[in-house]
Amino acid sequence: MWIDRVVELVPRQRLVAVKNVSLAEEHLHDHFAPDRARGLAAVPVMPASLILEGMAQAAGILVGHAEGFKHKVILAKIGRAEIEHDAGPGMTLRYTAKIERIDDQGAATRGTIELLDHARPVTGYVTIGSVEMMFSHLDNNMGMAGGPEFPAHNFVFGDGFKTLLRMSGVAFPE
Amino acid sequence: MTRDEILGKVRGVLVEALAADEEEVTPQASLVRDLGAESIDFLDIVFKLEQAFGIKIGQGELFPEGVAQDPRYVQSGKVTAEGIAAMKARLPHVDFTAFEKDPQVSRVAEVFTVDTVVRFIEKKVSK
Repeated sequence: MWIDRVVELVPRQRLVAVKNVSLAEEHLHDHFAPDRARGLAAVPVMPASLILEGMAQAAGILVGHAEGFKHKVILAKIGRAEIEHDAGPGMTLRYTAKIERIDDQGAATRGTIELLDHARPVTGYVTIGSVEMMFSHLDNNMGMAGGPEFPAHNFVFGDGFKTLLRMSGVAFPE
Repeated sequence: MTRDEILGKVRGVLVEALAADEEEVTPQASLVRDLGAESIDFLDIVFKLEQAFGIKIGQGELFPEGVAQDPRYVQSGKVTAEGIAAMKARLPHVDFTAFEKDPQVSRVAEVFTVDTVVRFIEKKVSK
């Protein structure tokens, strides 16, 4: 999972989730690894693509929760994404996702990304980005010309999501 | 609202939803063939049109739905006469003349042009 905890949920409206960035995460050692040939030190920062994945998970949970997780909620489109600051180890990302519109076919969300640098607690959370996403309720969007068939069970919200929701105190219908 | 005003707003929606250049968005441009729209873009366009014009667009009202999945309407990869009649009844803003000559279901999305959307909005806002 690319979020650690859901800290606020207003059904069908907004969800706030946090992610602590840690040096224990393997990928930070590759992003970016030191380049000794060029004399460059390592710069461990969270890849922007994974920050977007964090927002997709936060917004996806909000959209899924709106209909009791009955839909397969798939990230279908990122309309716009801006991230203006790196997130490194010892920092906390806070994702706030809001539903702009939702219907049987899918949802449009808008989110903000904030960053808390624990070395500068006085500064508090600082906004570092914004993201617009579109989610598809997969089974209701098989396209005008038909499309592939998908498994009947909801493979989107698997064990990782269920654990996260349980640990965050959000009920998941069985 | 005049037709030009509607076209201007529709153009803005399509430029944003499809990352298209403004000059590409001519009334005759096909959303799929010329502007590169994919299936999810149609949902995005509907959402953005609702915001831009302050209207509510029902599911299947602007773009067709359930045609490809209905065996009455599709046989051997082609939309049947019954299917075309059903789409015409549901989508009066769409010109199916060219499509009827070669009604392959895989090409049904191509009937949607910028002008189709403008005509739909014209009817919608005049109500």
